[in-house]
Amino acid sequence: MHYESPIREPLILDDKTLHDITEDIAAPVEGKANKWWWALFLFSLVTFMWGAGCLAYTAGTGIGVWGLNKTVGWAWDITNFVWWVGIGHAGTLISAVLLLFRQKWRLSINRSAEAMTIFAVVQAGLFPIFHMGRPWLGYWVFPLPNTYGSLWVNFNSPLLWDVFAISTYLTVSLVFWYMGLIPDFAMIRDRAIKPIPKKIYTLLSFGWSGRAKHWQRFEELSLVLAGLATPLVLSVHTIVSMDFATSVIPGWHTTIFPPYFVAGAIFSGFAMVQTLLLVMRKVVNMESYITIKHIEYMNIVIMVTGSIVGVAYITELFIAWYSGVEFEQYAFLNRATGPYWWAYWSMMTCNVFSPQFMWFKKLRTSIAFTFFISIVVNIGMWFERFVIIVTSLHRDYLPSSWTMFSPSFVDIGIFVGTIGFFFVLFLLYARTFPVIAQAELKTIVKSSSTQSRKISHE
Amino acid sequence: MNKKIIYGIYDDDDIILNAVKTIREKGIEINEVYSPFPIHGLDHALGLKPTRLAITSFIYGCTGLSLALLMMWYMMIQDWPMNIGGKPSFSLIENLPSFIPITFECTVFFAAHLMVITYLIRCKLYPGSSETSPDPRTTDDMFLMEIESYGNEAEVIALFKETGAVEVKEEKID
Repeated sequence: MHYESPIREPLILDDKTLHDITEDIAAPVEGKANKWWWALFLFSLVTFMWGAGCLAYTAGTGIGVWGLNKTVGWAWDITNFVWWVGIGHAGTLISAVLLLFRQKWRLSINRSAEAMTIFAVVQAGLFPIFHMGRPWLGYWVFPLPNTYGSLWVNFNSPLLWDVFAISTYLTVSLVFWYMGLIPDFAMIRDRAIKPIPKKIYTLLSFGWSGRAKHWQRFEELSLVLAGLATPLVLSVHTIVSMDFATSVIPGWHTTIFPPYFVAGAIFSGFAMVQTLLLVMRKVVNMESYITIKHIEYMNIVIMVTGSIVGVAYITELFIAWYSGVEFEQYAFLNRATGPYWWAYWSMMTCNVFSPQFMWFKKLRTSIAFTFFISIVVNIGMWFERFVIIVTSLHRDYLPSSWTMFSPSFVDIGIFVGTIGFFFVLFLLYARTFPVIAQAELKTIVKSSSTQSRKISHE
Repeated sequence: MNKKIIYGIYDDDDIILNAVKTIREKGIEINEVYSPFPIHGLDHALGLKPTRLAITSFIYGCTGLSLALLMMWYMMIQDWPMNIGGKPSFSLIENLPSFIPITFECTVFFAAHLMVITYLIRCKLYPGSSETSPDPRTTDDMFLMEIESYGNEAEVIALFKETGAVEVKEEKID
């Protein structure tokens, strides 16, 4: 019995059988790293160390070592925080939303996208914690009884909503990811020959044996977790946007922020997935699983969400004019034509103009072009957050306090350091974890692989 | 009585699904089926009851929702009401809009984590468990059916072969 749709392109190429999938996905874990991996890893590690040094300097001396001043109290720190959280969103979107929509193409990319989510949220979390100035008192954000009365945290504050949203998001993404990993760790365990890897993967696989009842529960669990993760991911960036939207700063006080931030998050997240997977599919030989079709689908998501973001930018401008509030009007005029015009127009070019190339099939199926656009979008989305945060703050209600922001070497070091940390984590993951959800991918071998097509044509 | 466990190993999910149906029609009890991936319809064919994980998740979610509201009511309204920005905290209903985000997050937190813990406990999955399937190939590309026989092993073996098993193994218990 073979079920297939003749219209849809196959998602698994090169006549892979079930056993081939096992071999291909276990190969990077069982094999040795090549020199490209080592080169990248060492480079990322050094960058990470540099960032860690800058963080230690910040914690030891105080956040005065950053470029912040009295007018611009939030700058690179919160820009980086929102940028990293946004990147994380694509992973949950791929694993949860596409599961609810029964999109089978998610199966080759969900594992790595979720790994990206978790590693990105880890980077994001560093910024608000260090911005507190005394990171060792970070646990004060939780509602714990204390010696002041108890003086509780303020549940009316969007910053506290963020604490709950980000911690729920990180932990739920982590268990969602891990539950899917258990059967795949079991596969590696059952193949392991050397005693130490065997021990490690036995520990990681929790004694999974693939019983029918376990699979039944596994599928129900995945479905319900996807159903919970979908509104969760939307709520997280909604709440992040409320850090701004509930304030009275012109340029921040905007009701369209929640959907606009969520679309932007998906947009930047998919760009980061492309950046990572285009390299990964080559380095660990996953080209039969992460095909041009997958890349094309993701490019379409980038195009659609990029256009939504574009509409949001233009709506903001229109509403600023239509509101008749001169502070609001000035905030937007200042963004586009003020001293930060270059940041605004970089954002516009990277986020609104560049994804429009994806209307052309030739371009959205080109690997080199996709890689280029993915980098452009990553840069553009960083500028979006910078524009929203810094240009809204640097010229406030009082012209005497107008000023500019320039990052110190510590700001730059911490940002670059988190990129290093992110790649350290991702590179370690790519060598020790099954990078594709192979158990679930095996369910579509009969319906959408080149191998099945051959059999049914015979 | 000599009790034996017999394994039939199949190499295709559709074949083992049909085999499960045929063998159960003959009135033979199937102990367990091990497979490398979830087989659609296998739980019905084996006569497994639907799982109640989703129901537990709903209950956990309701717990999270109530606890979140109770916590915020106690801290913000009962224990230490404050007038923040001219918006005093005097009753739960008045303050509810700004409690919604955390109520939602706590609902999801409880529903997801407690369901996962329930799943791990029910499936007896834990780090350090040394359980594996009877044949390591069942996490690769093989499907294994396990039947306990009480003197009727010849019939079971014949049935396995008839329904397309590529390999049959026997294991004696006591």
